[in-house]
Amino acid sequence: MQRTISFTLNGKPERVTVDDERMLLWVLRGDLGLTGTKFGCGEAVCGACTVIVDKEPVRSCSVPVKDIAGKQVLTIEGLGHDGKLHPIQEAFVKHHALQCGYCTPGMILSAYALLLKTPRPTEAEIVRHMDDNLCRCGSYPRIVAAIGEAAAGTKSGAR
Amino acid sequence: MRLDDLNRRDFMAAGTGLFVFARAEWLDAQQPPAARRPSYPTDFNAFLRIGGDGRVTGLVGKVEMGQGEMTALAQCLADELDVPYDSVDMVMGDTELCPWDSGTGGSTCIQLFSLVLRRAGAEARAVLLQMAAEQLQAPVERLKVAAGVVSDPAQDKRITYAEMVQGKRIERHLGNVPLKSPAEFRLIGRSQPWKGAVEMVTGKTKYTGDISVPGMLCARILRPPVHGATLREVDTTAAEKAGAQVVRTDGLIAVLHERRDVADAALGLVKARFDRPAAGPDDRTIFDHLLKNAPPATLLGEKGDPADGEKQAAHIVEETYLNSYVAHAPIETHSAVAAFEDGKFTVWVSTQWPFQVKQQLADALGVSPESIRVITPVVGGGFGGKSVTSPTGAQQAHEAARLARATGKPVQVVWDRGEEFFYNNFRPAAVVKVRAGLSGAGKIVSWVYQVCAAGPRDAISVYDIPNQRTTSAGNYTDSSHPPGMHPFRVGPWRGPAANTNTFARESHLDILAAKAGVDPVEFRLNHLTDARLRRALETASEKFGWKPAKAPTGRGVGIACGTYKNESRMVTMAEVAVDKRTGHVQVKRVVCVMDQGLTVNPEGSQIQLEGGIVMGMGYSLTEEIRFQGGDILNRDFDTYPIPRFSWTPRIETFLIDNPATPSAGCGEPPAITMGAVIANAIFDAVGIRLLQLPMTPERVRAAIQNLQG
Repeated sequence: MQRTISFTLNGKPERVTVDDERMLLWVLRGDLGLTGTKFGCGEAVCGACTVIVDKEPVRSCSVPVKDIAGKQVLTIEGLGHDGKLHPIQEAFVKHHALQCGYCTPGMILSAYALLLKTPRPTEAEIVRHMDDNLCRCGSYPRIVAAIGEAAAGTKSGAR
Repeated sequence: MRLDDLNRRDFMAAGTGLFVFARAEWLDAQQPPAARRPSYPTDFNAFLRIGGDGRVTGLVGKVEMGQGEMTALAQCLADELDVPYDSVDMVMGDTELCPWDSGTGGSTCIQLFSLVLRRAGAEARAVLLQMAAEQLQAPVERLKVAAGVVSDPAQDKRITYAEMVQGKRIERHLGNVPLKSPAEFRLIGRSQPWKGAVEMVTGKTKYTGDISVPGMLCARILRPPVHGATLREVDTTAAEKAGAQVVRTDGLIAVLHERRDVADAALGLVKARFDRPAAGPDDRTIFDHLLKNAPPATLLGEKGDPADGEKQAAHIVEETYLNSYVAHAPIETHSAVAAFEDGKFTVWVSTQWPFQVKQQLADALGVSPESIRVITPVVGGGFGGKSVTSPTGAQQAHEAARLARATGKPVQVVWDRGEEFFYNNFRPAAVVKVRAGLSGAGKIVSWVYQVCAAGPRDAISVYDIPNQRTTSAGNYTDSSHPPGMHPFRVGPWRGPAANTNTFARESHLDILAAKAGVDPVEFRLNHLTDARLRRALETASEKFGWKPAKAPTGRGVGIACGTYKNESRMVTMAEVAVDKRTGHVQVKRVVCVMDQGLTVNPEGSQIQLEGGIVMGMGYSLTEEIRFQGGDILNRDFDTYPIPRFSWTPRIETFLIDNPATPSAGCGEPPAITMGAVIANAIFDAVGIRLLQLPMTPERVRAAIQNLQG
């Protein structure tokens, strides 16, 4: 059904008038021009399209836009503040926790969600939480290290 | 002079004739005919520009796909030119801005272009010094250069590169400018910040699918259900009613809409009926099919007489090793955007071979190559899957360009995950037969090695065996097989042929070592004179803490040696745990020692080693294309599991310091030892010998039952 959906996107009010069954991924990428959220599988399996909705990580390829009405959506474009990288982003750069970079936005937002709930995760907790995000380049060991450092470097984990 | 000649001369000068042969093999396997192949420019201006603001642009026709070329090549250029690393920007894979290139693959980026950019930087620096000497009226010998500034301490005068060049071409040239020696390196050999990392972590990096052109339509294309199917009838009425534009052109039926997901939904409304082909081989019958349909084998190498050798043997060990088709499965699917304006095509493509795409598009569209510009943004993973080894290799670019011409609008084609699996140029399934004779004294006295369908790369054993013969039938490109031999496209997959050949050779070595009752490391050393590999093996033993013993020991440790294109040397050791009940194999620890010659970026190299190890676990343990009647049965990550966080072992990588040997590149090699090192560790753990990849829980369980039964 075509209707207007209001939500908060990266801290600012946003309204889109669209078929409300359309998936959030395509509304973000196509209608709102936020291409940092990636298409990888379209089946909620690879995690490349991960965004945060009300502090929870969701696979935006499989969330209809009607489900986000009135909610807070955070994409990779909204993670840093005042031109500064978020500690997780900083840690990914420092640890070279990326290769082609395509899965990176989804990795970082999944990690962000983890640190919101578990500010000081153990390595096993990081692995368990991140296990449904796929990286074909094989940057997993460095991503784990980066998340561990980001967690250790902030008072409450993520902001 | 061509780059090929330059390199040949260098490598010959280094006294390593083997390099030439190996490179030629790579080119023969993957390149278009020589007549169609342009050559690399000799003018250094083709590879670098110095802007009026002092920023330096490096121009290379290869692409960045996660292997860290932008970083390493910028290091090479900045080091020789004597400018800050941060002042260098790399432009890659743009056919209008960059000089022609052969394509990205074979771990050749650093191997070839570290030298090209170093030479360009060194010559430009020498020319700039000469110009500065004239302008400052000082002898060249007195001048100092640092960070793009030439200074004359005697007169306390200085001039910058930017002031002299002012953004123009540098017309002056000099011959025979020496390169820096390793002792003079300022950046080469030292890890540098990853170029593009900040853009990647902030989502600013534009991949091909992120390119948006005004008026662009997203296209979804009607696909056959199986390979070889023919369309009988089609009804697109419902798709049109849903607001999509339907285009039929040159056998393509596409639905287009400015929103990708609306086009997706419309494609679902297209009703089509296809005739399926007669049943061909499936994933079980494929190995016999390959043996029957392979082209004649060619002799790769021969020494002594294996039949004579067998007469001295106390044991003959003969085995057949199999591996299945595997997919590249990059997270970024094949993507292209084509815009057709004023008779000129601009095509953004996620490809490893932009210049071949340009030529192929020109041929296919019947236009001149000059009317096509191919731009390759950062590629979201390639691994060989985005190389162009058949005339329609960059299929998605052909589709986008044809649809752009048909609609008169810019068109985006981004494959979905199913299309990515369906149209993949898989690593070929392959069969390797090895027959070896072992003397009573524990020496390999004969070795007959026959590889079918994988390719010849690294098939010749690195071990010293007095009597040996190695043959290869077919290669890993489509053009190297008779039609119908493979039921779908094949192509290079990270360490092509070498991962098949290394699995077979190193598994067989272990079988022989066990038969001889000798520790597998000692057994290899007993047959090895190659100094670089011996050093890597000894280093790995020390780093891993290898405790010599005859396998199986129950500890679950394994070893595999590798050579890649006869250039790099590596040794991998691994520890695994095998769950005898489920057959699940967990790789717990991997130590990899690599000698790739001169290392440009140590951390970048280590990242490649880690990536190759992780990716190599996939083809070793789970990855296998299932197919029947032309249908690809696994087309998603649920049915085609790839390595995940929870698989990741503790990985330790070590680079052997060998700056006197030219860089060999390390994007592919670490993947090639993974099959054998895991197979050998599984044998050590539970005494079963797996001869087929991947070593799935089912195959492990079956082998355990077989052993017990």
